Amino acid sequence: MAMDVYLFYLLGAVAIAASVLVVGQRNPMYSVLLLIVSFMALAGLYVLLNAPFLAVTQIIIYGGAIMVLFLFVVMLLNVPREDPARLFGGSGTRRFGVALAVALAIELTWALRRLGAIGLRGELPDVSSVRLIGRVLFTDYRFAFEATSVLILVALVGAIVMARKES
Amino acid sequence: MSDLAAVIPILIVTLSALAAMVAEAFREPGERIPSGLGLIGLVGAILASVFLWDRQAVAFEVVKADNFALFINVVLAIIGILTILLSSEVVEREQIPAGEYYALLLFGLAGMMLMAAATDLLVIFIALEIFSLSVYVLTGIRRTSAAGAEASFKYFLLGAFSSAFFLYGIALTFAETGSTRLDQLGPLVAAQAMHPSLLALLGVGLLMVGFAFKVSAVPFHMWTPDAYQGAPTIVTGFMSTAVKAAAFAAFVRVFLSAFEPLSASWVPLLWWIAVLTMIVGTVVGVVQTNVKRMLAYSSIAHAGYILVGIIAAGLAGGDSESGKAAVLFYLLAYAVTNLGAFGVVALLATGDRPHDELADFTGLWYRRPGLAGLMAVFLLSLGGFPPTAGFIGKWYIFYAAVQHGQYALAIIGVLSSVVSVFFYLRIIVMMYMTEQPAEAPRESAVPRVAMAALSLAVIAIFYLGVLPTQVLELATQSVGSIF
Repeated sequence: MAMDVYLFYLLGAVAIAASVLVVGQRNPMYSVLLLIVSFMALAGLYVLLNAPFLAVTQIIIYGGAIMVLFLFVVMLLNVPREDPARLFGGSGTRRFGVALAVALAIELTWALRRLGAIGLRGELPDVSSVRLIGRVLFTDYRFAFEATSVLILVALVGAIVMARKES
Repeated sequence: MSDLAAVIPILIVTLSALAAMVAEAFREPGERIPSGLGLIGLVGAILASVFLWDRQAVAFEVVKADNFALFINVVLAIIGILTILLSSEVVEREQIPAGEYYALLLFGLAGMMLMAAATDLLVIFIALEIFSLSVYVLTGIRRTSAAGAEASFKYFLLGAFSSAFFLYGIALTFAETGSTRLDQLGPLVAAQAMHPSLLALLGVGLLMVGFAFKVSAVPFHMWTPDAYQGAPTIVTGFMSTAVKAAAFAAFVRVFLSAFEPLSASWVPLLWWIAVLTMIVGTVVGVVQTNVKRMLAYSSIAHAGYILVGIIAAGLAGGDSESGKAAVLFYLLAYAVTNLGAFGVVALLATGDRPHDELADFTGLWYRRPGLAGLMAVFLLSLGGFPPTAGFIGKWYIFYAAVQHGQYALAIIGVLSSVVSVFFYLRIIVMMYMTEQPAEAPRESAVPRVAMAALSLAVIAIFYLGVLPTQVLELATQSVGSIF
């Protein structure tokens, strides 16, 4: 039991720290690598939540495929070094944004802490294993699953329109 | 029990989108097959919707073709047909890739129809993404235009951000109730109407942010002027009407069915959003010199009026039908009017320059009497002059607000529409009462099909303005079905 709690705080701290550092880097390459660290820590949290399938997907899709694309884009575009985003100070818009973000964070923490005392009311179905996920996906959510195919087709067409050369 | 009939209108439009996409590959230059296929699909969707009327078909337990969804289907199909009729010349002149343009337009419409019919938050989200992606790409479809690319990118980034809010709202609602289906989470929400839990309130709030972004309500409107100005004008017309219709349809369905019991919590919030939306839309609209930007702010203000209708409906009581029916009627009236106005601006553009500055309209009456006359009708309807559709739409909305004791909202709404008349009339004054500039810009001929589409829109405006009862009857019938 205690082990779980320690791991939770450790992984949570790594995820938050890495995410904050992503924003504060001067070199976009470091940002990408730190984002991978953040994703891995999240995958660890999913394991703790008894969702191994989600953890593996997180590593393969986010940590693997998507971040490789990010790295390629950063390398191909040869993005110049940027000024790191200063969290405090800077333009009025940014300060306003930071203030709002902090307010939202406090609000959510407060609400979720209150919730911890009440407990979740909904009976969440157990969907941890691949088999159960498959079953839910092809029964309860079969229409959503099929509708996603149209979404992906639109994304494909859109990507081709945006990426092709002017004739 | 699954009744596949419920998805038929959506399926027809999706198939016509696929057909348009494939036809583009075999198209000879000069042929207009994709637009023709689109028209066939949309007419088919209207016919299917008429046949499904009063059938209450439900497919896969999450798509419900009730009269409410069918009414929105018909509105969307009308918007689609008018857009396609107005597009054919514009697409060629501005060198927009035709096949992709029509395919994305139709995919977008299919997504919007799904959004109006879906009764599951997850399906609503997927539908939202289908049409949002289509519209992002349509905004930037003119590859040579830097403004278009900028508009598309801004819209995409902010849209993705708002999708995250929406999704988080769904997640919290799911955590609270254990379901994403409106019919299942409705009773659970109703059970805690007296003491709503924090999680439910957070979920409702985040969902409201997502919807408010899509209907461009203040303070989530920042993307609207830039996106509307940068997009090809005909796309602006499409997205300012169809996206709003679909988003408001889902807004009404989610907030006035499943979350209706929590209305005491969300109505005050929406009240402020509506007031800000009406005021900011009109006040900032007054100082614009670009007609597309001005119409963008005007569409923000109109979103505010529709929100007034939702508030009136949310305040419930036995007679909450009037507010909801007013919302549906307003969506239709606003759709034909706004699409017409943007259509005229699109037709006035020439290959080398968009005809969208206020000064471009100087003396238009002397150069293009036909288009100037049509534009005047659209602008008067937007301003809410009788006997146009805009007047009746506003009348029903404000009447519903007064019925539920929302005098302040009604007064603010009327005042803001009085102010907005200033910027509509300014264009009319420019067109009719200003001398033509010495060197008239080169002009392109107005295609007959587009003229027919604009005339249809004008006929619809006067029909809705003079004989509104029949359509209002249909709207009232259809809102009765979402409970």
